[in-house]
Amino acid sequence: MAASETTTAGEAARARAAEYLLRRHYVRWPEALPWLIAVACFFVFPDRMTFGSQVLIMVMFALSLDLILGYAGIIALGHAAFFGLGAYTVALASLKLGWSEPVSGVIAAGIVAGVVGIVAGWFILRYRGLTLLMLTIAFGAMLQEAGNIRSDFTGGYDGLPGLTFDPLLGHFQYDLYGHTAYWYALGVLAVVFFFVRRIVYSPFGQALTGIRENVRRMHSIGSPVHRRLVTVYAISAGIAGMAGALFTQTNAYVTLTVFDFDASAKVMVMLILGGTGRLYGAFVGAAVYMVFEDKLSKMSPTFWQFGIGLMLVLAVMFASRGLLGLAETAWRRIAKRSAP
Amino acid sequence: MTAALAINGLNRSFGALRVTRDVDLALEKGARHALIGPNGAGKTTLVNLITGVLKPSSGTVALEGADITAWSQAERARRGLARTFQINQLFRGLTVLENLCMTIGERDGNCNNMWRSAGAKRAVIDEALDRLEALRLVDDALKLVRELPYGRQRLVEIAMALAQKPRVLLLDEPAAGVPSSETHLILDVVASLDPDIAVLIIEHDMDVVFRFAREITVLVAGAVFIKGTPEEIRSNEKVREVYLGEAHHHG
Repeated sequence: MAASETTTAGEAARARAAEYLLRRHYVRWPEALPWLIAVACFFVFPDRMTFGSQVLIMVMFALSLDLILGYAGIIALGHAAFFGLGAYTVALASLKLGWSEPVSGVIAAGIVAGVVGIVAGWFILRYRGLTLLMLTIAFGAMLQEAGNIRSDFTGGYDGLPGLTFDPLLGHFQYDLYGHTAYWYALGVLAVVFFFVRRIVYSPFGQALTGIRENVRRMHSIGSPVHRRLVTVYAISAGIAGMAGALFTQTNAYVTLTVFDFDASAKVMVMLILGGTGRLYGAFVGAAVYMVFEDKLSKMSPTFWQFGIGLMLVLAVMFASRGLLGLAETAWRRIAKRSAP
Repeated sequence: MTAALAINGLNRSFGALRVTRDVDLALEKGARHALIGPNGAGKTTLVNLITGVLKPSSGTVALEGADITAWSQAERARRGLARTFQINQLFRGLTVLENLCMTIGERDGNCNNMWRSAGAKRAVIDEALDRLEALRLVDDALKLVRELPYGRQRLVEIAMALAQKPRVLLLDEPAAGVPSSETHLILDVVASLDPDIAVLIIEHDMDVVFRFAREITVLVAGAVFIKGTPEEIRSNEKVREVYLGEAHHHG
């Protein structure tokens, strides 16, 4: 009798454990929230949609960084390189080749940035930690300087103004209020997010978290660590490139400042503010950062950066796992208190 | 018969310091071989040379007849060479179950898949649970590794290596850091390992070595000092001088 009892207890433990893995990737209702808010924003702030589409683009950029930083643990401070590559791919394609169809432009930008990501990643991902960090910064600076040398081609820091793109899907014109741009950005973000979410919960995604958690162990269990890192780096670069393409298309304008170190640093700050390794951290971080930046710069055009700095100091002191981490802790406390 | 693992004339220097000197070692299929030696004898360096963490300055390492000297760690692991670490190397922020599933996934090449969910392969989860059950770890399956006491983590470390289905297994001080009240858990697992696996154990504890090993190699200052059966080693005067005396001193 005692034996059968332990077997049942063991079986229950087994079943519980298996259920956890089987169900981990299921969609839960809170995940609808950011998308509902994004749709609601269109109706609540119809005259701020130009700003809104820029927020969505930054969410996508931050999401690309989350894939490598939050999951694979690659600390990269030069991700604007890929954003910039995508931005210039559609700009130059439109200007020099007359290729102005927007959706295929975004895809092309993703491919260009992804291929460059493979090449760059193959070299720099042999290193880790600070060395890798420095190499990613150097790579971004190199691309920017290359664009500067050929400013006859890239427009340099004066940029390439007055770009025109075909109507979206051959039908929707870009309007002054940015309504088309907003739905366009939201649509691309949703598609990209779907893919990223699949990747994160796949065996490949699991292997990435393994690399983040303990790379020595990954080597010793036979994981081709370098190949995995280059793969995810290229995917991330491709997404960053697509975000860059959207940026150019929605602004009809691009300059070499898209490659700025500032841009790389900003997207990392957004992600850390929202919370790394949880996908939705990119949404929260980018939205909160950009809304704060917008409000503060209107309140005080000279001192607004003080406000941003203060917000970051507070975030580091009280929300070291990001705003979502903070929310999670709070939620657990409430759940614990209400439990009998 | 081809040896499961064969090391020939292995040398490794760090600058002017020769930490491994002309080491020869052969493990037959199913071997139970212990590597002992005083601190700084180069035992862990030798493990690192065998597993490919380090490359030798000269000499060769062969796995079941194939020269693997130039292979990466991962290639060796996929060909059946597994190890445990002297200090746990686990995915501390993941659950015990995920740790096992990761190993099985990499072993079977599932981890190239980016589309299917990691939980979709029921067979992987079942195998992971079977392996945890064998080591009485099922109740901890959903705990994060870092929440487990060190002794239990040590068992996970061994479970991981076994999940690789190795033909050669290197155990680097499996009982290190485990409270003495729990060492028997580890030793029972070590004693009941699959008789087909060739096992090389590095251990300080002489009781463990004499209980477990059928052959012993004593390493001193990077070179093989003497090889023999447990009886030969135990009764050897020189070994007592360089090593056993010291061990008793510690104990």
